[in-house]
Amino acid sequence: MTWKEVFTSSVGKKLVMSFTGIFLILFLVVHVGLNACIWANDGGTMFNAGAHFMGNNVVPRILEIGLFVGLLLHIIQGIMLELSNRSKRNVKYAIDYGNQGSKWYSRSMGLLGTLILIFLVIHLADFWIPNRAHQGFLLGEEINLYEKMKLEFSELWVVIVYTLGCLSLGYHLAHGFQSAFRTIGVHNKRYNLMLTSLGYGFSVVVTFAFIMMPWSFFLHIIQ
Amino acid sequence: MEHYNMNLTLKVWRQKNKEDKGGFQTFQVKDISSEMSFLEMLDILNEQLINEGKDAIAFDHDCREGICGTCSLYINGKPHGEWKGNTTCQLHMRAFKDGETITIEPWRANAFPVIKDLVVDRSSFDRIIQAGGYVSVNTGNAMDGNCLPIDKNRADDSFAAAMCIGCGACVAACKNSSAMLFVSAKVSHLALLPQGEPEKRSRVMNMIAQMDKEGFGACTNTGACEATCPKEISLSNISRLNKEYLFASLTADK
Ligand code: SF4
Ligand code: FES
Repeated sequence: MTWKEVFTSSVGKKLVMSFTGIFLILFLVVHVGLNACIWANDGGTMFNAGAHFMGNNVVPRILEIGLFVGLLLHIIQGIMLELSNRSKRNVKYAIDYGNQGSKWYSRSMGLLGTLILIFLVIHLADFWIPNRAHQGFLLGEEINLYEKMKLEFSELWVVIVYTLGCLSLGYHLAHGFQSAFRTIGVHNKRYNLMLTSLGYGFSVVVTFAFIMMPWSFFLHIIQ
Repeated sequence: MEHYNMNLTLKVWRQKNKEDKGGFQTFQVKDISSEMSFLEMLDILNEQLINEGKDAIAFDHDCREGICGTCSLYINGKPHGEWKGNTTCQLHMRAFKDGETITIEPWRANAFPVIKDLVVDRSSFDRIIQAGGYVSVNTGNAMDGNCLPIDKNRADDSFAAAMCIGCGACVAACKNSSAMLFVSAKVSHLALLPQGEPEKRSRVMNMIAQMDKEGFGACTNTGACEATCPKEISLSNISRLNKEYLFASLTADK
C-alpha cells in the first residue's frame, strides 16, 4: 500500500480532513485567545502588542505558512469529498430520511464550510491583508489593528455578517471536532463521549467569544 | 394490543429492469390484519395482482425471521420501517393505522442498482467480503474453547460486530451512500479475535479499496446508519476501522 493509495482512498481522504481540521482547531485556540486581549479594555495596548508579536516574530510567521497549507488542503479535499459523496446516489428518495440518528449540521458540513469560506474571504480582506501589507514590507508603518476593529465594527451590517460567519463556524465545529477524532480512530466509548462533550463545549465557547468581539465594539462595551 | 384490521394505500416503486426509468404505482389493500408481517401484506397484494393478471411486485426475502439480511425496503422514509433494531420481515402491520398511506422504495445507491421493482443488486457487498472479509488459514476442527484465551470484552465486541447481516440498510440511510458501517463490522469482527489478527492489516486495506471501487461514498460520521441498522451495529466500529487503517498504512512494507 503506497502513500498515494492511502491518501486517495475514502478513509485516507477523511484522514486529511481530520488532521488538517485538528490543526485548524488549534489555530482557533490561538486566535480566540489573542483576540480576547481586546477585553483588557486598555485602548488596545495589550491587543496591539500581541498582534505585533504575531506579525513580526519568525515562529508564528512560519506557522502561518503551515496554516495556509492546512487550510487549503482542508478546503480542496472538503470540496472534492462533498462532490464525490453527492454523486453516489443518482436517484433520490421520495421521502427524506431526515434527522434520524444524525444532526442537520453533521449532514451539512459542505454547506457550512462554504459559508465559512465566504466569510473568511471577507475577514481576510478586512484585516489580515491590510495588516500584513503594512507590516515590514510594502507599505511601511504598522496598522493600529485595534482602531481598525473599532472602525469596522461600528457598522451594524458588518457585525451581522461576522455573527453569521461565526455561527457557521460553530455548527461546523460541533460536528467536526468529534468527527475528526473518530476518523483518526478513537473508538473507545468513554473517550468518544468525552471528546463529543469537549467538542460541543469548545464550539459553544469559541463561537460565543468570537461573536462577542464585534458586538463589544458595536455596543461600546469596550472603548 | 388488540387485534384489528385495516385498509391501506400503498405507493410502490415499480421498475421493469435496470434500464427502465421506473416510477410509483398506487395500490389499495383491504382487511389487512395487524398481526401480519409487512411481507405477508405484500404477499396478499401480489396474490391480488396475479389474480388480476398483472405483474407481481418483486421484493427480496428469504428467512423471514430477521437473520439472513435478504429483505430490504425503504418504508416511509426509513430502511426496514420505523421500528428500531428491526428488519422488514419482522416489521408487523400493527406498526400502521387504518387508512394510512405507505410509501415503499428500494435502497437507493449507485452501488446498489435496481434489478426490478424493489429488488436491488447487492453483489457489491459480496465483492467487498471476497476482498478480505475472511480468515484464510485452514483452521481445521473447532478448538476447545478453553485452549484459546480471549478477553471477554473483546469477544463481546467481536460478537456484536458479527451480528451484521449484510442487509445494506446502512448504505440506504447514509447521505453519502457509504458502506462503512458494514465494512467496519466485518473488519472489527475479525480483527478483535486471535484468528483474524494476523491478516488484519491487509484485510482493512483490501476491503476499503474494494468499497471505494464499488462506488460507495466516504463516511462523514453522521450516525444515520447506526440509527437504522437492524442489528444496531455501533458507530464505534467505524472508528475502529479508521484506527486499523491508519495503523496499517503507517506500518505497510512499501
Ligand atoms: S451494518 Fe447493519 S445495516 Fe449495515 S449491512 Fe450490517 S446489519 Fe445491515
Ligand atoms: S428475510 Fe431474512 S432477515 Fe428479513
